[in-house]
Amino acid sequence: MRVTILLPQVLRASAGGTARVELEMAADATLGGVLDELGVRHPALERRLRDESRALRRYVNFYIGEQECRGLAGTATRLDEGAEIRVIPSVAGG
Amino acid sequence: MATTVLLVIGTRKGLWLATSRDGRDTWEVTGPHLPMTDVYAVAIDTRRHPRILAAATSEHFGPSVFTSDDLGARWQEPEHAPVAFPPDTEAALTRVWQIEPGPADEPDVVYAGTEPSALFRSEDGGRRYELVRGLWDHPHRKEWFPGGGGQAVHTVLAHPHDPQRMLVAMSTGGVYRTEDAGRSWQPSNRGIRAYFLPDEYPEFGQCVHKVARNPAVPERFFLQHHHGVYRSDDGGGSWRSIAEGLPADFGFPVAVHPHRPEVVYGFPLVADARRFPPEGRCRVYRSEDAGDSWSALSDGLPVEGFWSAVMRDALCLDDADPAGVYFGSRSGEVYASADEGDSWRRIVEHLPDVLSVRAATV
Repeated sequence: MRVTILLPQVLRASAGGTARVELEMAADATLGGVLDELGVRHPALERRLRDESRALRRYVNFYIGEQECRGLAGTATRLDEGAEIRVIPSVAGG
Repeated sequence: MATTVLLVIGTRKGLWLATSRDGRDTWEVTGPHLPMTDVYAVAIDTRRHPRILAAATSEHFGPSVFTSDDLGARWQEPEHAPVAFPPDTEAALTRVWQIEPGPADEPDVVYAGTEPSALFRSEDGGRRYELVRGLWDHPHRKEWFPGGGGQAVHTVLAHPHDPQRMLVAMSTGGVYRTEDAGRSWQPSNRGIRAYFLPDEYPEFGQCVHKVARNPAVPERFFLQHHHGVYRSDDGGGSWRSIAEGLPADFGFPVAVHPHRPEVVYGFPLVADARRFPPEGRCRVYRSEDAGDSWSALSDGLPVEGFWSAVMRDALCLDDADPAGVYFGSRSGEVYASADEGDSWRRIVEHLPDVLSVRAATV
């Protein structure tokens, strides 16, 4: 199934300049699996989204539909066909 | 002096470069480079062509190490994380606190000291780094604990001639040395007082803030501690206080003159509970006899109302002769001396907090 990751401006350079990364994933794909695949295709992007222990970076949010993944099952959140994952950094700090 | 001097300034929100082509009289400043990253550690590796290395951490997107081989015009960063803990460690890099080029006869070797406390080694000039397992596997590691700034290796001093020997220092944990190229490490804190611990002279656990040495005298080290300034003349085997003559024994940086190994600089603060320069006066202290006596340097520096501080890597010297001396403040000012500290000028102001400075002729 097809999954799309939508990137904010600040992260596009890490994915070759694109705003959308489309991945073909297995039917039971999870957010963690998508990040694993990103780590193969776009390692400079993946390491900005989570650290080397696979923990999501604290101030990077992953919206799946209307919900942030931490309110679902985190990286274990199952994705549906055609799912769009919006990556939205927190607005914080001085 | 017609050579070009480059000063690299790491701040809480990016990196600035200051370049002087007229004997450090005027400075051209560019930046911000790497905006919105905290740059705890910078280095200028002049062993082949000048390479700037900058350890930059984004609050959002994590840590990385950037390099520039054209004096900051363009920056490179590896696709894969340059410094990363292997999966079996179950650790994650918070930030790099120190980037240190290795000795002259190992021109591709660069070291990184990190938070959490670990040492990494690069063999490709500072692009990719591997964990030095000997220090990570040390049985003391579980007893190292964070200081106020974090639990990090902030000082890495490779021996200038012997690749088997190296010294690192961390907050909090103290000084460790290896004599077998990093396979085993011994605590080296004898004589350093840790007033905040039940045993005031523990084997390890001291809150060392910075260690420096001149490669020409590799057995002598200078150390700024959390209340204490020390010297070792036996390669770190033992330490004795050289705080007599300073207005306070607390502070962060210590730096050694590049050509005169008996000349050392520091920036004292009143105390850990009062992290201000004594009397609100901006003064660098210099010793010309390896710490036996000290003199205050203040010509051209603010005489009152200076309540800022200088962080552990925010005071340095260039390699010119006479040497230039530089420091950056947490209030975003950079001061420079072209006469080894006798007189000073403010060369940059209104920057974010300065975390690190390094200078070299290029």
